[in-house]
Amino acid sequence: MSSFRIFDIAGSGMSAQSVRLNTVASNLANAESISGDPAQVYRAKHPVFQATQPEAAGVAGNAGSGVRVAGIIESRAEPQRRYEPGNPLADAQGYVYAPSVNVVEEMVDMISASRAYQNDVEVMNTARNLMLATLKLGQS
Amino acid sequence: MPDRIDAYLGIHTRALMLESRRAELLANNLANADTPGFKSRDIDFKSALATAAGAEELKYRVPLAPALDGNTVDAQLEQSAFAANAVRYQATLTFINGKLRSLMTAITGQ
Repeated sequence: MSSFRIFDIAGSGMSAQSVRLNTVASNLANAESISGDPAQVYRAKHPVFQATQPEAAGVAGNAGSGVRVAGIIESRAEPQRRYEPGNPLADAQGYVYAPSVNVVEEMVDMISASRAYQNDVEVMNTARNLMLATLKLGQS
Repeated sequence: MPDRIDAYLGIHTRALMLESRRAELLANNLANADTPGFKSRDIDFKSALATAAGAEELKYRVPLAPALDGNTVDAQLEQSAFAANAVRYQATLTFINGKLRSLMTAITGQ
């Protein structure tokens, strides 16, 4: 019976969204991780989602079977240069480099990921209730 | 005589399978709500019910406001469709249960 695929689909969505939440947490935690070398500065990470297809397309009507994280890309935005000669991490000219993490963007991303995760949980709960009701078919 | 019971249950068994299939599709749409370029898909329930099992065709949803990355999933729309589909599924279960109950009444004669 293919109904169990709903659990796989919703589960793949939940795991993809939790990867997204992890990158958001990492980006926010490192928003102020400065460095004296612009090449060593932390860069914001973002996951790239990709729809997965069932192994044998056409067998189950080619409905698709969830989502996966195709990879995690690093932001190519230039680090912000700040003049802080008193900082022990500053380079010879007295500059430090801060990662260009957009905190507002990350917060919005976090809310979006959290809502999508909740959607997947709701789908899973509904599917579970329906399957339990199907199991009771003909009883009572 | 499994054939006769199948005929007795009528369109409801086919409807139940279609509804579970549609739930799968809508779950897939919701899981891909943030996938760039993903196109939301659904089945036309009425025409799918008329065709043979396993031959239903998937149709792309006409988006109200597609995202800039090409994604056409409207989470609210998919969610309401999923909820409505769940209620339909339960209604079908009720129909089948009622039919089975009257069959039991006929068998036991009580």
